[in-house]
Amino acid sequence: MRNSFIAQNPSVLWFLMALAGFTLGVTLLSEATGIAFLSTSFVKTLGKTLCLCLIAVAMDVVWGYCGILSLGHFAFFGLGGYAIGMWLMYARTEVIVLESLAGQALPATPKEVSDAIGNQIFGVVGSSEFPWIWAFADSLFLQLLMVVLVPGLLALVFGWLAFRSRVTGVYLSILTQAMTLALSLYLFQNDSGLRGNNGLSGLQNIPGFEDTSQAVISIVFFWASALALGLGYLFFAWIVSGKMGSVIKGIRDNEARVRFLGYHVESYKLFVFTITAVVSAIAGALYYPQAGIINPGEIAPIASIYLAVWVAIGGRGRLYGAVIGAAFVSLLSSWFTGGGAPSVPLGFYTIQWTDWWLVLLGFSFVAVTLFFPKGIGGLFDRLVRKQA
Amino acid sequence: MLRRLLLALTLCVTPFASVQAQSLQDILQTHADEVLKPGRRSVGVVLDDLVASGLPQAVTFLEAWRDREIVQRDADGLFFKAIEADLIDLDTGDVIGVADNNDLTASRPNGGVRRAIGEALVQFQLSDPDITKRRAAVEAIARGMEASQLEPLQASIEGEMDPTLKATKIRLAGMLSARFGGTAETRIAAINDLAGDLSVDVRAVLNQVLTTTPSVATDLPDGRNIARVLTPGIDLAEDDAYSQLVAADLAPALIDADAVRAALIENITGDTVGGFPVSALNTDAARAQAYAALAEDGLVAPLITAEIKTTALASHLFFETYDEPNADITDAAKAALDAIESKVALSQAVDLGLDALSLASIYFLAAIGLAITFGVMGVINMAHGEFIMMGAYTGFVVQLFVPDYTLSILIALPLAFAVTFGAGVAMERLVIRHLYHRPLETLLATFGISIALQQLAKNIFGTQARPLTSPAWLDGALVFNDVIAISYIRIAIFVMALIFLGLILYVLNRTRLGLEVRAVTQNPGMAASMGINPDRINMLTFGLGSGIAGIAGVAIGLYAKVTSEMGADYIVQSFMTVVVGGVGNVWGTLAGASLIGFLQKGIEWLNPSNTLAAQTYMILFIILFIQFRPKGIVAQKGRAAAD
Amino acid sequence: MSKLLPLTSFVTAGLLASTSAFACDAPIKVGVLHSLSGTMAISETTLKDTMELLVETQNAAGGLLGCEIEAVVVDPASDWPLFAEKARELLTVAEVDVIFGSWTSVSRKSALPVLEELNGLMFYPVQYEGEESSKNVFYTGAAPNQQAIPATDYFLEELGVEKFALLGTDYVYPRTTNNILEAYLLDNGIAAEDIFVNYTPFGHSDWATIVADVVALGADGKQVGVISTINGDANIGFYKELAAAGISADDIPVVAFSVGEEELSGLDTSNLVGHLAAWNYFQSAESDLNEEWVAAWKAKMGDERVTNDPMEAHYIGFNMWVNAVTEAGTTDVDAVRTAMYGQEFPNLTGGTAVMLPNHHLAKPVLIGEITADGQFDIISQTSEVPGDAWTDYLPESAVLKSDWQALGCGMYNTETETCVQLTSNY
Repeated sequence: MRNSFIAQNPSVLWFLMALAGFTLGVTLLSEATGIAFLSTSFVKTLGKTLCLCLIAVAMDVVWGYCGILSLGHFAFFGLGGYAIGMWLMYARTEVIVLESLAGQALPATPKEVSDAIGNQIFGVVGSSEFPWIWAFADSLFLQLLMVVLVPGLLALVFGWLAFRSRVTGVYLSILTQAMTLALSLYLFQNDSGLRGNNGLSGLQNIPGFEDTSQAVISIVFFWASALALGLGYLFFAWIVSGKMGSVIKGIRDNEARVRFLGYHVESYKLFVFTITAVVSAIAGALYYPQAGIINPGEIAPIASIYLAVWVAIGGRGRLYGAVIGAAFVSLLSSWFTGGGAPSVPLGFYTIQWTDWWLVLLGFSFVAVTLFFPKGIGGLFDRLVRKQA
Repeated sequence: MLRRLLLALTLCVTPFASVQAQSLQDILQTHADEVLKPGRRSVGVVLDDLVASGLPQAVTFLEAWRDREIVQRDADGLFFKAIEADLIDLDTGDVIGVADNNDLTASRPNGGVRRAIGEALVQFQLSDPDITKRRAAVEAIARGMEASQLEPLQASIEGEMDPTLKATKIRLAGMLSARFGGTAETRIAAINDLAGDLSVDVRAVLNQVLTTTPSVATDLPDGRNIARVLTPGIDLAEDDAYSQLVAADLAPALIDADAVRAALIENITGDTVGGFPVSALNTDAARAQAYAALAEDGLVAPLITAEIKTTALASHLFFETYDEPNADITDAAKAALDAIESKVALSQAVDLGLDALSLASIYFLAAIGLAITFGVMGVINMAHGEFIMMGAYTGFVVQLFVPDYTLSILIALPLAFAVTFGAGVAMERLVIRHLYHRPLETLLATFGISIALQQLAKNIFGTQARPLTSPAWLDGALVFNDVIAISYIRIAIFVMALIFLGLILYVLNRTRLGLEVRAVTQNPGMAASMGINPDRINMLTFGLGSGIAGIAGVAIGLYAKVTSEMGADYIVQSFMTVVVGGVGNVWGTLAGASLIGFLQKGIEWLNPSNTLAAQTYMILFIILFIQFRPKGIVAQKGRAAAD
Repeated sequence: MSKLLPLTSFVTAGLLASTSAFACDAPIKVGVLHSLSGTMAISETTLKDTMELLVETQNAAGGLLGCEIEAVVVDPASDWPLFAEKARELLTVAEVDVIFGSWTSVSRKSALPVLEELNGLMFYPVQYEGEESSKNVFYTGAAPNQQAIPATDYFLEELGVEKFALLGTDYVYPRTTNNILEAYLLDNGIAAEDIFVNYTPFGHSDWATIVADVVALGADGKQVGVISTINGDANIGFYKELAAAGISADDIPVVAFSVGEEELSGLDTSNLVGHLAAWNYFQSAESDLNEEWVAAWKAKMGDERVTNDPMEAHYIGFNMWVNAVTEAGTTDVDAVRTAMYGQEFPNLTGGTAVMLPNHHLAKPVLIGEITADGQFDIISQTSEVPGDAWTDYLPESAVLKSDWQALGCGMYNTETETCVQLTSNY
């Protein structure tokens, strides 16, 4: 079964091989091995990019294959990050608190410990009470479950309501955008219990590995991200290539016709919406420990639109297109805004890319939509076909 | 009473011989530090001395001091009045030289001191021939009411020529006598006169008559004007009630977890406390046991159990007494206040309604352009917000060149329309025309334009917010009473929203263009075969929608701010307004804007300390609303409704 | 002694500069971590320019330890995670000796773990909510007791305010500051029901209802005052609504902690005359040093540009760092940190700023009234107030203290006499 699937989709094999080679290369050149050609911060950037590629693949499935332009998948990504961030913060703080309470005359009661942890975590935002949403934060296992469950349930309920009411097309886009906005506004409140605008920070310090250097931690997360991307890619490639894939593509091309053929369109859509949301959340849970901080700004509607932009530039309807788009645009973005690109002197005016990059991105995006609707992946296809 | 008044008059007119020898400068020199760096609490001495001196120039000095015109010469420490370049002697009023800022230190009385000076000036200014000074005096009384002001104020009413100011003085005198009137009868009469007046200061007066002090005792005391008796648990939290008892020394203090902990640490002997091993005291229950053991040995005070607490509460009465001993006065004030409060509540509801209406009109104005491009044409224009921004910046640029605010706004409105109309037409020609059958891609392409335009605006105008100033006749607010008021600028926006509603309804339903627009949207092929040029119509319609966004931008910039990100603030809301209202119908957009505006204000009213929560819940409501009514409030019927 | 040292080194450095450009081959690198794009660019770009001006001035005066100073500017783009990434890049790739940067608390908290991990050194120039003292950060902006508490005292003492409206943008600085102020007001006998707290989102524009609520507070005859921690753009709508409602500073005074010269330049201030702001610096401060500084700034940036409080913080911070490096004879972080304690430098407003062992400055507190030309009329100036990392008005932090010099701890519990932790809360 597996063999025949790979045989039918040689591109999957190519992709996995390229990913493995890339991972190996980065590992060898990183600071962890001592060669240190790539700085730790660059390894972190690459690891984060892999996570972005994973959510882009998920976005491609939901949009490029199923035709649902969701502007809410970054919200799921962020929720995944919050879920893992809660454990990271709790566990890290617990270590500190237990250490500082150990020297006291009386052994601490559980309440004193939890109060002290609460005070350390929420003192920053002027509170010390543990909100109920932190109920499972002390357990890594439960909190990992939350990474999957919370975004999954949200997607399930939201999707069920929306698809049931036959909200489609741009309406669905606007609705998902509204959901993202509501979520980010909610998280912006200090009362939300997730530290408002400050969000959760210091996530790069992994509890239990206080003495491990960031060079090693960054490589481990890089591997984990690569593995997740590989598995995610394989999983989605399998889904879109089978019979289910045909139905999904059919829904994209003509929903009514698929419905008349007797398929329960809503269930298919709901499945795709929810499963991609869960994968997005996993990508987020791997992304934020590398970024070090998560806050509501990450979830703002614009992030989800950028996600759609990556997928469109990379090329919709082909999974490697999403990967190329996400990697290309996000790395290019950080190169331009990071001051890496040389300024262009025009004599009367000097173009500083920190100022003009977004203008360029915006207009090139219009150009891609108008002239290359298949994106970079489309160019790839053309090359391959010419050779064949 | 009459004697004091006479005394005050003589003080003003003919100063006593004994103080006449003293010059103003002498008095100031004795308080030099306080004059140079006055503080509200300490300035009283200076003011008293100045007033007591009876020097006529003291009044001029006080006015100059209040207006920050007093300087000290560093060389000799003498005080002068400095007006522009002239240095003026305080006693003679002569110009004695040129003010050189290098050896002068200005005295800068702060707001509190200036108010104190204003109060000291009251008695001199109440009958001043200059009406602005009389007004200042009346305002000073209104800000800080004192018993001593009542008589001079009443005395000045007779001679007041200005009818408005006279009315203000009478009203103020009424309030003063409600608080400080000589007999209970005058006070009650004054209080009754105040009934029905909604203003904040009248309520303030009545509330001050009704101030209470909380007390606790075993029995209600006699001869006190008791406001009400409180029941712990209902009117008063039990913990608060108990801490009142503790504060009045009527009950022993509660022993909380921290106190238990401290007591246990205090009594550690070896490895045990009260017979319990220290290492086992890691739960509250274990600590309580150890503490109980200590209490039994008499080492610590026993814990206050819930039972003891309840008994203590039950055996005492909690009540509030009025600071005013006369029950007749408090009864009258209470009745007057209750009557006012119920009116205030009504007015507040009306005011909230006005705010909601204003918010709705802003949402409507922001969304109405979208109602055309998205609602009628079905084009998702994510750059709509940036058109709003372009309009606002057009207003800002016009104000750079045309300094007259009225004229500049009159120029800015049509110009903003022209600019965004042009931008809209260009965008339709270059981008949207190619994507009519791919709505999702229109969304993405226009998003690209949106981020490019936003960044362009940042590059051109900077990230700083730019001022867009409204003309002076739009300053201030339309005041119905002290509670209901709405600023003119919001009224202008409301009127503008109404005009556009009418205009668009007219264009769409009554003109040739509107007919063609409707024809093209319903069936472009059929319309084309009837001789309508769909390209031209689409272009014009899109331009119209964009142009209106530009005008909305000017309006929004006037009431809030002009930044490169202002469009992004409105875009999601605007789309929701259109979707909630029902696509394809201008009335729908109106309904949507009203719903969102009123809803948001309603939620804000329920939770006034957190505006962000109101926005969140409003969006959640909209999401749910769309789930259950996907076609919006005003749903299209028939064939046009099909996707 | 500490005042003499830099002088002599200037002389030697100046001599060296006159013969060859700079004696040493590798420049000393100073990282500048301020957003040049995104929402915070409006405030932070100014600080980047300030740093460039300071570095230029120092180089013209002979550089540092005989070396040229080079400013390494990066753009974290108002994106909080990027502050951590860029801080790491600055410390490991560009290998800077010190970082000057950050504006918002969240951006500082984002960079903190990296600074502590790599033992970097950062100067943070903005007034903030306190409750932090990192070994690797020097806080040159005001702690709450250097801005919020004196301003509240001014309200209580000088304006006789009896009822407070604490209006803020919903994020950590207003939240924590308002918590501290609430506790402080309760201590000062203001009843809980006389404190009205409201939070609004960033960029809030619909202020009519909130302003009406504030006016209604006066209904019991008490003098109302507003303490505003409203941030950024939202102030414009707020002040416009105040003016429209006809509320003058005499009726309801407003004191703002986040409104300075830079923010006022986006506003017509004629209706705001008399409202207040509390800072450690105003451009209108009368001193020769300030006149020089303002002139240098305007010469570099243009006549219409204004100076503000965080700029002065960088001015003091940078010069202290220069003196500390000169004193230590090296840019090594630990040596410089030790040399920083007790470092003195004249304020632009007069008096001397001192670096305390808790990494905060002792600075005077100024209260200014807004004038019609967008400047501030200074009406109150205290003597130097030592910055307090852990506020005394919240029970949890009252027992904490920071002393890196004697105790070697930034979060020392004076009750249990233990160091809670050596790293910071982030």
